[in-house]
Amino acid sequence: MSVKINIEVPLEPERYEFGAAAPYRFDLGRRDFFKFLGAGVLVVSVLKSAVAAQESGARQWRGDSLPKEINAWLHIGEGGKVTVYTGKVEVGQNIRTSLSQAVAEELHVPIANIEMVMGDTQLTPFDMGTFGSRTTPTMNLQLRKVASAARDVLIGLAAVQWKTDPQQLIAAEGKITDPRSNRSVEYAALTKGQQLTATLPAEDPLIPATNWKVAGQSTPKVDGRDFVTGRHRYPSDQKLPDMLYGKVLRPSAFDATLASLDTQKAEQMGATVVHDGNFVGVAAENSPLATAALAAIHAQWKSEPQSSSKELFDYLRKNAVEGNDPSGDGDRYDVGAVDQALAAADHRLQQTYTVSYIAHVPLEPRAALAKWDGDQLTVWTGTQRPFGVRGQLAEAFHIPEDRVRVLMPDTGSAYGGKHTGETAIEAARLARAAKRPVKVVWTREEEFSWAYFRPAGVVDVRSGVRADGIITAWEFHNYNSGSAGIRTYYEIPNQRIVFHAVRSPLRQGSYRALAATANHFARESHMDEMAHALKIDPLEFRLKNLKNDRLRAVFEAAAKQFGWGKSKSFGQGFGMGGGYEKLGNIATFAEVNVDRKSGEVKVVRVVSAFECGAIVNPDDLSNQIEGSNVQGLGGALFEAIEFDNGRILNGRLSQYRVPRFSDVPALETVLLDRKDIPSVGAGECPMIGVAPAIANAIFDATGQRLRALPLVPNGLKMS
Amino acid sequence: MATIHLAINGKPYSVDTDPQTSLLTVLREHLDLTGSKYGCGEGQCGACTVLIDGKAQRSCVTRVSAVSGKQITTIEGLASGDHLHPVQEAFLEAGAMQCGYCTSGMIMSAVALLQKNPAPKESEIIDFMDGNVCRCGTYPRIVSAIQRAAKTARASGAARGASR
Repeated sequence: MSVKINIEVPLEPERYEFGAAAPYRFDLGRRDFFKFLGAGVLVVSVLKSAVAAQESGARQWRGDSLPKEINAWLHIGEGGKVTVYTGKVEVGQNIRTSLSQAVAEELHVPIANIEMVMGDTQLTPFDMGTFGSRTTPTMNLQLRKVASAARDVLIGLAAVQWKTDPQQLIAAEGKITDPRSNRSVEYAALTKGQQLTATLPAEDPLIPATNWKVAGQSTPKVDGRDFVTGRHRYPSDQKLPDMLYGKVLRPSAFDATLASLDTQKAEQMGATVVHDGNFVGVAAENSPLATAALAAIHAQWKSEPQSSSKELFDYLRKNAVEGNDPSGDGDRYDVGAVDQALAAADHRLQQTYTVSYIAHVPLEPRAALAKWDGDQLTVWTGTQRPFGVRGQLAEAFHIPEDRVRVLMPDTGSAYGGKHTGETAIEAARLARAAKRPVKVVWTREEEFSWAYFRPAGVVDVRSGVRADGIITAWEFHNYNSGSAGIRTYYEIPNQRIVFHAVRSPLRQGSYRALAATANHFARESHMDEMAHALKIDPLEFRLKNLKNDRLRAVFEAAAKQFGWGKSKSFGQGFGMGGGYEKLGNIATFAEVNVDRKSGEVKVVRVVSAFECGAIVNPDDLSNQIEGSNVQGLGGALFEAIEFDNGRILNGRLSQYRVPRFSDVPALETVLLDRKDIPSVGAGECPMIGVAPAIANAIFDATGQRLRALPLVPNGLKMS
Repeated sequence: MATIHLAINGKPYSVDTDPQTSLLTVLREHLDLTGSKYGCGEGQCGACTVLIDGKAQRSCVTRVSAVSGKQITTIEGLASGDHLHPVQEAFLEAGAMQCGYCTSGMIMSAVALLQKNPAPKESEIIDFMDGNVCRCGTYPRIVSAIQRAAKTARASGAARGASR
């Protein structure tokens, strides 16, 4: 059977993203809204579908309620301060700055006048979460539209005030000016203490990237000073008067159940102890006391025997949930006749590639501060899904969502690892028992064991190629790691691509670039293997089978910068990998040096060429690409979670190696700025080329083909 | 319980606590100096780095009783008023952060390095800083920030020398 699937990548949450839309959206009371905003102009933008449902030309919303389908809003206050509300959150990807740039650009106000209110479920519009590199393609665009609409509203107000034609007026530097009369008025003065609301379909034309003045610049981090002075308050730094410190008792193994419990000593130490089902936790005046009280609890746990990382890849293959994938969301892709094409091919190749579970290791572990006011719950926590966590809290405590407020202070990184609300629920449970605010900050060991991991996976590839280097058949099976980046961008007439869901032995979830790393590692390694089998240059072989202009452009740009084709010395190796993910295009070229005696592999130089449409902030983009390379290096070379019988065996920073200063190669980035293409995200895509580029370079240096990530956790075995 | 006397950022403090408590816990919980961060609790990541008599130390594995009477400097004590320390300025200029959670510890380690070695080579920076983790991977920018700060300090030192 042949199924044709639209090649356009949908902006839907992927498997493992833990994403879900709110089942309902309720009216926002307009008066409630202005209570916290004060006088000024409020501009909201609504989804197209909502506009269609309203009477035509609904530019001024009447009545007491705002539309339900709002996705962004901003307010221009009397002091000229612009406050922008978005449900997106800041975890180091620097969107507080890039979104400010977008608003400054369209509204024509200095960036210093803009304040971003982010990820507060009471104040900001619903947002599914900050993941999937979607902030730039969706929220950045949305805020530009709102800001552009707001500018029009202000011009309209000035035109009415001056009884003149709005077409003649100019908005700049927070003022409306009439160049004919030289009159000008500050935005803030236009509202005259009134509260004005404008609701717009946000379809106004935007300033093209070629004319950008603020966007497109390397604007420094808007609140950078707070970070270099230690003033910024992360979730784990939050504090309330009368606050207690909470700790949670962890089971002896995953899925263990409590057999017996004695909390008497902990209570005698003055701690509040909560035992509720399988949850056991303490809250005390300070964290050393909470830790001591926790240690004084005597508990016995029951658990079933569980699998080990030693047999992981066999386990994954044997535990595939065949034919039982209810989603049907493109997990299988068939075109042409793969079996016949394989049989007819001049050369055939079959290989298996694997990736281990790895941990996010966000430097700030999960943290939450919870406080109850009667049956109203407020939680400050580090999460990529404040609205999702609100839902989890409501469910855990059997209360309506409108009694729960989740606030997300800018957080010490996440990388896809903070989609869930464990810590929020733990803090809230302890706070309810203690009748005082409680803060829970996970230890590094808890973060390693009780969060979730990037899925491990097995990828089987079979390919067929003609003697002239044209690929004719491609069969690709991914077990467990996921379907992100599973489809090939090489032009192959006969394809069978299947994702196989598996009952995972560990709790797994989102991770920066998710399965795109595994799928690109397998695909780009296999491409290299085919090229070598045919004795064709790996770059030439790729380009021979690649039509996508944007992808060709990054491969060519990176090859040029790298100096592909230059001669190499003994122990030196060059390799490449690249692809298309989250709407961005990356090519990564690596140079490695292998010590032929010790087997030590040193990645010496990495060149990346990246294209993500019109660049919003070049310096920050380079920063994201460099960071992706460094983080990608860990998973490529040495990161792997070891586990046995329901326990993590290397769950400390002294046991789990992450990239450090001395691991970092010379990093060069080539940015291709496509001002004619809408901007997309950059936090994930640049990571996917790293592992295959290094694996291919190691082969080039030594003739050893490594097909498992991490590649060299203990150096290379030299024969 | 004991009363511990501490000198932090040039100010005296007395804290009633178990002498075994870590300096990091005392800074964060007792004194609300939250610029020093918890990252691993075993001295492996450097997010909690402070200066003890000018030397970079991991406050998460330093008992508070061991630093009584010593000069402790935290990230909060580095700037004088609105005037940032050259290393802080350099981190801003080099855009040497993403989430910023490692930044305090990175800056404190860098200050200790430059006090010891005002003109470090790149390899010396890497050796000295290797105990500090930036999971976002901004290492090359941090190296360049430290080089920038060293240059600024030397230039201002030379200017002072010339005006003498």
